[in-house]
Amino acid sequence: MPNTGFADAAQLRAEMPLFTGPNWDFGSLRRVNDAIERIAFDELGLDIYPVQIEVITSEQMLDAYSSVGLPLMYKHWSFGKRFAYHETLYRKGLQGLAYEIVINSNPVICYIMEENSMTMQTLVIAHAAFGHNHFFKNNYLFRQWTDADGILDYLSFARDYVAKCEERHGHEAVERVLDAAHALKEHGVNRYAHRSRPNLAEEQRRMDERRAHEEATYNDLWRTVPQLGGDADDPAENAKQHEHLRQQLGLPEENLLYFIEKRAPRLEDWQRELIRIVRNVSQYFYPQKQLQLMNEGCATFVHYAIMNRLHDKGLITEGSMLEFLHSHSSVVFQPGFDDPRFSGFNPYALGFSMMSDIRRICEKPTPEDRDFFPEIAGCGDPFGVLRHAWANYRDESFVLQYLSPKVIRQFKIFQISDDSSKPSLRVEAIHDELGYRRVRSALSKQYDLSRREPDIQVMDVDLTGDRCLILAHYVHEGVLLEEKTCRSVLRYAAFLWGYGVKLLEIEAATDKVLKTYEAAVEPT
Amino acid sequence: MNIVDRRPNPKGKSLSNRQRFLARARVEVKSAVQEALRKRKVADVEHGEKVAIPTRGISEPLFHHNRRTGRTDHVIPGNKEYVRGDEIPRPTGGEGQGGREGSPDGSGDDAFEFTLSKEEFLDMFFEDLELPDLVKKSLKDTTAVDLQRAGYTVTGNPSNLSIPRTMRLSMARRISLKRPKLADIEAMRERLEEARARGDDEEEIARLTRELEHNERRSKIIPYIDPIDVRYRRFDRVPRPNTEAVMFCLMDVSGSMTEAMKDLAKRFFMLLHVFLTRRYRHVDVVFIRHTSTAEEVDEETFFYSRETGGTVVSTALEKMLEIARARYPIDRWNIYGAQASDGDNYGADSSRCVSLLGGDVLPLCQYFAYVEVGDGMGGSLTGLSRDSDLWRAYSEVAPAHEHFAMRRVGDPAQIFTVFHELFAKGGVRA
Repeated sequence: MPNTGFADAAQLRAEMPLFTGPNWDFGSLRRVNDAIERIAFDELGLDIYPVQIEVITSEQMLDAYSSVGLPLMYKHWSFGKRFAYHETLYRKGLQGLAYEIVINSNPVICYIMEENSMTMQTLVIAHAAFGHNHFFKNNYLFRQWTDADGILDYLSFARDYVAKCEERHGHEAVERVLDAAHALKEHGVNRYAHRSRPNLAEEQRRMDERRAHEEATYNDLWRTVPQLGGDADDPAENAKQHEHLRQQLGLPEENLLYFIEKRAPRLEDWQRELIRIVRNVSQYFYPQKQLQLMNEGCATFVHYAIMNRLHDKGLITEGSMLEFLHSHSSVVFQPGFDDPRFSGFNPYALGFSMMSDIRRICEKPTPEDRDFFPEIAGCGDPFGVLRHAWANYRDESFVLQYLSPKVIRQFKIFQISDDSSKPSLRVEAIHDELGYRRVRSALSKQYDLSRREPDIQVMDVDLTGDRCLILAHYVHEGVLLEEKTCRSVLRYAAFLWGYGVKLLEIEAATDKVLKTYEAAVEPT
Repeated sequence: MNIVDRRPNPKGKSLSNRQRFLARARVEVKSAVQEALRKRKVADVEHGEKVAIPTRGISEPLFHHNRRTGRTDHVIPGNKEYVRGDEIPRPTGGEGQGGREGSPDGSGDDAFEFTLSKEEFLDMFFEDLELPDLVKKSLKDTTAVDLQRAGYTVTGNPSNLSIPRTMRLSMARRISLKRPKLADIEAMRERLEEARARGDDEEEIARLTRELEHNERRSKIIPYIDPIDVRYRRFDRVPRPNTEAVMFCLMDVSGSMTEAMKDLAKRFFMLLHVFLTRRYRHVDVVFIRHTSTAEEVDEETFFYSRETGGTVVSTALEKMLEIARARYPIDRWNIYGAQASDGDNYGADSSRCVSLLGGDVLPLCQYFAYVEVGDGMGGSLTGLSRDSDLWRAYSEVAPAHEHFAMRRVGDPAQIFTVFHELFAKGGVRA
């Protein structure tokens, strides 16, 4: 057995390794990229944007960190704060730097650090330039929400625009608007695609049609039908008018920044444009927040598959393989909840395990898998199934669909319920026969962004009175807002709106108002 | 695939963000710097400092769920012992609950620690301090002048000829006066040759000849460069403020000065030195120590060698005058003096000190500080004991001279306060 094994291996490794030793150069980067490309296209069937690899230093990597991973960004103190924070961690040795940063643009820009060894560069190219890249290009959320072709141009416009505003209106004025907009940035995204507004000609045509229809079907008899009194004091009529007004304003509106940008009575044009910039950047990141698990899982799965294939083909040495495995296993390490290192699920670990398990289910299913995944168990096309999943799911639906009992057992996932009215927590489900489905749907909910973030909407505006903006937080399961941050965010909102802002915490199930916050405009 | 090497790109892309951040956190950073100063040694004053600032002024609030209200489910990994239906006592520290994601901006942290660079640190430290009489008042006496560019002029010497400006004006004039171009004249001449070679009729040839002559004349009348085009670079002579300073450190090293007192004096001198280096391009330091005689020594000897002997302060002042006159002419140098002593002096010498100081030294100096160091016990400094000889003597001089200050220091913690007092903007002068 060992003999034949070695013979096979020797035959497989007929090719020369692409590189030896830790040092990298541009030639070997190119060779590695070409080798990976063959595997990625022919065996995994990936479909990617063109890639631009940029070699940077660690300091530039810190720079990139501070501007939330984007290559260009407007200037704001919060980015300086982020830089100082990461720099301190890095200098103290508490935190290593990421090996790469990849930007969802066309072409995909992939930063790699100069101090990485050649093995790490190979891993990074497989991970970012192929794994993330395929995901960026194919996932439906990115396709729907992210304009990969235009993002860099837009960012450069944003940077210049902010700089120009600072020149014209002063640092402070710009900073105030940006601060306030940043406070609302998580509520500055469209969660659903808007219906496109009909243009004027279209509207005219529809009105003509309607009138023509009325004329054609005119019947004098309708005139004699007594009508309900139309006097202004009628509360029902008032309510109707109010409703009409709300409709005209597009209320309720969940995109707070959009509403403020379009409707705030006292903003100047450049302030509106600044809000729009913050909103657009926030919208760019909106899909990423819903796809963290899948994105990292996809990239990790792809690099693992590619590195193993490179090794099988004898294109990388045993030493490189060991180096890779060392780094891979620390990337997919998942500490337990009672571990001091625990900070939630590691998206690399869970994503990688789920995707590897899909592969196993497709290739070597157990009866349990056939039970849970009848459509894919034993189908023999793991990459096809994975490509489908990468393209058509987001974290929440991916977990709901594909979290297998084996992964639940592997991670020993359990669900506890935390009811603030009770003194203790209760374990609801664990990794057993009764618990798999409960754990799965609960974890899926945990990944649902609309549950994670407070559900806040613009409810009403008192346009005829004091112009107060009324927001509503719909409370689910009795979870209220954190009071201190809520008050400071509302102050920012009031600054942008120009008049008072009120926030009602409304129990979603009963429409009962639980709590009211108010913020007035602070004199400048 | 495309590989770009970005490593040579300019560094410090986020520098302006950092400055904005520091400006934003100014109040917090400032108080943290003061706090840090209280703890650190003076010898380190030139290094950067790690400061921890509370996140208050720099928080970025967002709407958050309050985790202590309502009912939430947590799904977490790593179950070792629990089965369904188990009750777990609520953890008190909020540890590990619910897998809160590590906040990318550190907003979860109470304090936020980062390192200030040396520059930033000193900026903060010296922010509200200023040097009295930073620039020599008698600028017109100084001979040093700088040349400063000041536009263009129509007269000047040839070495200052501004060719770009001259050519620009020349070109504008040539275009506006429609001076024929050399190439056009060449083309006309060629056409005339061709016409002659072809044997065209006389009239055509005559017309071409006329045209050529006309243009040639024009190009002669309108010169390529006219004297009115010529411009010279103009320089203004501006008197140069002195950017060089010399700092005289005078210290009593007689037997009565203990190590602790010398340490105090050293701290004061060092602070002054750092402060001066930030204000002047070049700072010389002269160390003069004295017992009953004064001598100029190097830094090492100044602070660390031991001497015994009596105390005659005036020798040090004389030495200072002598060196200043020999090496630091007053029109080129800003002269600062700092004297540290325990206040002892040879009885008859004090009056001589007063006359030297008031008559010769102070007119020379931009600023002169006298620091009387105590033995660190504090008792003798509280004014319970009698004033020292020197203190009493100098007190006579002080009222007449604005740029003379005297202070007492008892222990290292007071150094910063005293220093701040001495150099505070519009501060107190004793």
